[in-house]
Amino acid sequence: MSAAVFDPAAAARAWRPPPLIADTWLRWAVYLGALLYAVLALGSVEVNWTRAAEGLVRGARFLAGFFPPDFITKREEILEGLLESLTMTVVSTAIGILLSIPVALGAARNLAPMPLYLLCRGIIAISRTFQEIIIAIVFVAMVGFGPLAGMLTLAFATIGFMAKLLAEDIEDIEAAQAEAVRATGAGWFQLLAWAVLPQVKPRLIGLSAYRLDINFRESAVLGLVGAGGIGDTLNTAFDRYEFDTAAAVLIVIVAIVLACEYASGWIRRAVQ
Amino acid sequence: MTTLLAIEGLTKRYPTGDLALDGVDLMVPAGQVMALIGPSGAGKSTLIRCVNRLVEPTSGRVRLEGLEITGLGAAALRRARRRMGMIFQEYALVERLTVMENVLSGRLGYTGFWPSWFRRFPRRDIEQAFRLLDRVGLVAMADKRADALSGGQRQRVGILRALMQDPALLLVDEPTASLDPRTSRQIMRLLVELCQERGLAAVINIHDVALARQFARRIVGLRAGRIVFDGSPEALDPDALTAVYGEEDWSRTLRRPEAEEAEEAAEAA
Repeated sequence: MSAAVFDPAAAARAWRPPPLIADTWLRWAVYLGALLYAVLALGSVEVNWTRAAEGLVRGARFLAGFFPPDFITKREEILEGLLESLTMTVVSTAIGILLSIPVALGAARNLAPMPLYLLCRGIIAISRTFQEIIIAIVFVAMVGFGPLAGMLTLAFATIGFMAKLLAEDIEDIEAAQAEAVRATGAGWFQLLAWAVLPQVKPRLIGLSAYRLDINFRESAVLGLVGAGGIGDTLNTAFDRYEFDTAAAVLIVIVAIVLACEYASGWIRRAVQ
Repeated sequence: MTTLLAIEGLTKRYPTGDLALDGVDLMVPAGQVMALIGPSGAGKSTLIRCVNRLVEPTSGRVRLEGLEITGLGAAALRRARRRMGMIFQEYALVERLTVMENVLSGRLGYTGFWPSWFRRFPRRDIEQAFRLLDRVGLVAMADKRADALSGGQRQRVGILRALMQDPALLLVDEPTASLDPRTSRQIMRLLVELCQERGLAAVINIHDVALARQFARRIVGLRAGRIVFDGSPEALDPDALTAVYGEEDWSRTLRRPEAEEAEEAAEAA
């Protein structure tokens, strides 16, 4: 028997699945580096155990102030804040989605020419870079305290979120379907309406429902910087040490977020 | 016969540097069903896409009914595309639209944006769509979503979409590549029948040499972007096939098509 004969059994014994990082040295360097960093990082955290123990007692007293939640005394304020939040959410989501669609079309590499693509990707990057709170502070400084600032903030954040995810979906459409519609002599807008929209519609509706849900949650936070809504009511309650009212507001927020989440999940399932 | 489609010196070089078409000259008279054969990558798809300019040719001229397609502006090109129906390999139906919407989409070139947005097509277009659906036995499926159909049914809808354009020429890209042999023959028979009924010319890209010989009156062989064969099915001998595809034992490929027909009939019985 010559040595050149291929032995499948020996090859099978020697075979191992290829590792994620091919270079052995690099692989172990990465693993050990990560472990070392974790150890050092844990060592650098200073914990003051006495302070934490005192805090536990204080925290318990703080939480006790929440019970029983008081929906009655500040009923008017809670209702007003809630309505303001809901209005803010719906209007800002609608405006944000309308503005995000042209940006998404421009940010899809298969539809837009390079300069437009870069411009729209730039808009998305700016909108997504800053956390809502930071944008809200800027808008509060620009248009004053109140729900208008919150609305502008949420609409602005919605553009980045929707446009980015929608653009990805547009880039994933079946090119053949678009080609077939173009071949009929359809114009550019007909191409969008007949080939692109049918393919991205489920995602567009699903994302819109999801964003409505996010915007309501955000609207509760934006009140903390004076941008209106139920967050304002919550902030005022804390400022006045009315923890029972604050608890009521928190419960209302939780209930609405749950309802939104359930509704958006249901909508997304229905459109698939 | 009058020349319907005239292609002169058509060349396409892709940005990657690949030369897909190398000075192709081709005349197609009105009403002629022509099969375009050749190995994968020979430029068959590029050739028919250069005719309706889904792919922009690098140089050369394409004329349809005397109108020079190459060099038309965007709006004029859209008008010219209405006269060229295209049929695709994977059907390329818009799957989330209904069968009827897919058929009516053949009228987009004749319909304004808002009427098409609200699906307000002229009554006679809808009537025509129903007539065609009835012709291929799909009236019951009119309001079903296109992705609910089988492959053969989808390709029929694809053919109807092209016919709705009121074309003079059909550009057909591998119509049977995703279909089983029996459905393939049915689709080819339907295509040829419709072309005869309406006096349409067709350029059919096809891999299956036996099908091409069975259904087309003229066969053009493309290899590496050049035409290396142009003649009747009978003239397509082993030498010609070797010129198109390269060396192979072609004797069984060139069995008489009637023999297969008989086999098929026996199978069906």
